[in-house]
Amino acid sequence: MAGVAGVAAAKALTAFYVAAGTGGGTADPVAARSQMGFSLGWHIILACLGVGMPGLVLFAEWRGWRTGDPWYQLLARRWAKALGVLFAVGAVSGTILSFEMGVLWAGLMDHYGSVIGLPFSIEGFAFFIEAIFLGIYLYGWDRLPPRVHLLSGVPIVLAGIASAFFVVTANAWMNDPRGFKIVNGRLTGVDPWAAMFNPATGPEATHLILAAFMVTGFLMASVYAVAMLRGRTDRYHRLGLLIPLTFAAVMTPIQIVVGDWAARAVATSQPLKLAAMEGLYASGRHVPESIGGYFSGGQLHWALRIPDGLSLLLHLTPSGYVTGLQSAPASDRPPLVTLVHLAFDTMVGLGTALLLLGAWLALAWWRGRDLPGSVWFLRATAVSGVAAVVAMEAGWIVTEVGRQPWIVYGVLRVADAVNPAPGLSWGLVAVVTVYAVLSVVTVYVLRRLARSRPVPVAPQESDVTGYKVV
Amino acid sequence: MATTLLALMWASVTVYALLAGADFGAGAWDLLAGRTGPGARRRALIEHSIGPVWEANHVWLIFVLVLMWTAFPPLFAAVSSTLYIPLTLVALGVIARGSAFAFRKAVSERWQQRIFGAAFAFSSLVTPFFLGAVAGGVASGRVPPGVARGDVVTSWLNPTSVLSGALAVVTGMYLAAVYLTADARRSGQLDLAAEFRRRALAAGVLAGLVAAAGLIVVHADAPQLWAGLSGRALPLVAPCLVALSAAAGVASLALLAARRYLLVRVTAALAVAAVLWGWGAAQYPHLLAGRPGLTVAQAAAGQATLQATTISVGVGIVLLVPSLAWLFLLFQRTERG
Repeated sequence: MAGVAGVAAAKALTAFYVAAGTGGGTADPVAARSQMGFSLGWHIILACLGVGMPGLVLFAEWRGWRTGDPWYQLLARRWAKALGVLFAVGAVSGTILSFEMGVLWAGLMDHYGSVIGLPFSIEGFAFFIEAIFLGIYLYGWDRLPPRVHLLSGVPIVLAGIASAFFVVTANAWMNDPRGFKIVNGRLTGVDPWAAMFNPATGPEATHLILAAFMVTGFLMASVYAVAMLRGRTDRYHRLGLLIPLTFAAVMTPIQIVVGDWAARAVATSQPLKLAAMEGLYASGRHVPESIGGYFSGGQLHWALRIPDGLSLLLHLTPSGYVTGLQSAPASDRPPLVTLVHLAFDTMVGLGTALLLLGAWLALAWWRGRDLPGSVWFLRATAVSGVAAVVAMEAGWIVTEVGRQPWIVYGVLRVADAVNPAPGLSWGLVAVVTVYAVLSVVTVYVLRRLARSRPVPVAPQESDVTGYKVV
Repeated sequence: MATTLLALMWASVTVYALLAGADFGAGAWDLLAGRTGPGARRRALIEHSIGPVWEANHVWLIFVLVLMWTAFPPLFAAVSSTLYIPLTLVALGVIARGSAFAFRKAVSERWQQRIFGAAFAFSSLVTPFFLGAVAGGVASGRVPPGVARGDVVTSWLNPTSVLSGALAVVTGMYLAAVYLTADARRSGQLDLAAEFRRRALAAGVLAGLVAAAGLIVVHADAPQLWAGLSGRALPLVAPCLVALSAAAGVASLALLAARRYLLVRVTAALAVAAVLWGWGAAQYPHLLAGRPGLTVAQAAAGQATLQATTISVGVGIVLLVPSLAWLFLLFQRTERG
């Protein structure tokens, strides 16, 4: 199902791009963007789980070890087994992105590889550490003493967060390029540290790491919410819901504050992207905050408007000045304004809904030390995982589509970065096909994992039997 | 500093070939392990050997790519734009191999294990072939500098590429058989050790034949590389390495025959590493062979980038080495208990 939907989505996306005519003269930049967007959008879900899950697995293992509670122990082993599968798929689906950096964007790497390569090299090490300790953690479960085993998981958590940070610095650089000069068309004065710690790095990296925590927490909680809706309301399922949901609920309000920081950073460094996010054509003061609607002919139609809202949000005064799309020549404006605007609204709307879900949990816990009794709470939690993923993908659409027509903002256009080799668009077909199969199979295998019982003692060693708790 | 980073990059290529190459080879042996019933123990041995380490081994490839695009951006741009077809196939092969291996372990029904096993084994055969084909395209001077300047088909469908693709597959299988022989003996499965010893001998002879045929193909198809390998272009480092590889290869066969399974790991690895460094030495200082070609000096990034990368790599290695040592020691020591 997921795969079929994925193919349909990719086809629709491609058709959309082609129809919008954003790719310049030839079809290849469009295919390249679709392929990159597709493989990145797919990988990012697994990457988020790779960043967020290890901490939760370790927490459950630690509680199980300290309290001797078999339910925590079982949760830790189950989650570790799922993490093993997800990490493997995430690792290999991340590999294709490294290839695509050159296969698709040879022009970008040819010119700017020396500026932006450093964080990737460091990320390579972080990922290495992650893979090594994951091997030790998963396969060493019954070979290491409990304390050592628990400690062997700590580098996975740290390296996961570090890799997310370093990769996002590269994306932040594309949004706010620093650390080089162009003199007479030649690149000089390259300072890779300045490129890495560009002004967009702080808000963007924090925003993504928190998003990874939220995606993980809500997604894991939603699995147990579905089970509880089907009547499995024992302690195992309640704990399985409560641990990740509490984690995600704590992260959400922080994320909303960080999101505000990120939006202000965009307003400063990429005013046109902000204008697209808000569907704002004319620059001016007393700009309203517009929600929903569609953009056409230099105007946002059918939007809900809050007077002076945007001026207030950005400058804390109703007369704050906001730059509109009009300020730039048409060839420098993001072409898909409606998509960017609605993606932004989707992200903010879903983020707010997830905040309310967390507040509901907090209130019930404060009153009665228990989950909310309503079946609607379980229903909301059951869809919260998908909501968090959609919000995160919408955020990526905002930052990537909102930067068009630039691959490096104000410096290099997408059309000049793409690999001009003939036949490249067949790559899109191949990648979409492989990922469609991969999506279906991953979901299938994870569902089998969730159902299978009894659970073997060591999560990755099927030759060990026993452990009948359920 | 550019040369230091180039040496580090080439060392990573070597480690990748020795470790991940063997993981691919193990996958190819999985394909040839026989029918489901009798082959089960062989497959279990393969799974047991590569399970904990293949992900870490795979990262060396990522590492090569990021070092290349940071320190030698024009090289990365030229290779990946011209050779995009085999590289995309490698990427898809990596996806199929890794996920099928992980999935096979996570399912319990026989027919599912067979499907995932087949995908794992088939992609283990195809992926190293295309990696070898990429190497052959570069070595025979079919990748000109610049973005997508080479022929997108003949750059990897040519005699040198086909030969080096086959060599990559066969050497991976040879290394895997050598490693698995010792693993089987350590876990007390002497019958399997004997089987993999025979396979190692066969694959070793085959790898030697393919490598020897390779010299003939290179002579005809890649004159510039041949000049380096045969020593007509001084210095004589490259021919010495070729001789070393041949000697180590012969020694490995003798050690296998004498059942010295741990020592043969060293000589077998040396034989493969010497081929890679022989190629590197024959081509140096050209990163891209051919006319006009691309030299280290032409491709290297600026001083600031090289310095920052060297520092990061230095710090990274300090963290990496003890971690890797722990991983391998933990799973190479006596079995659980």
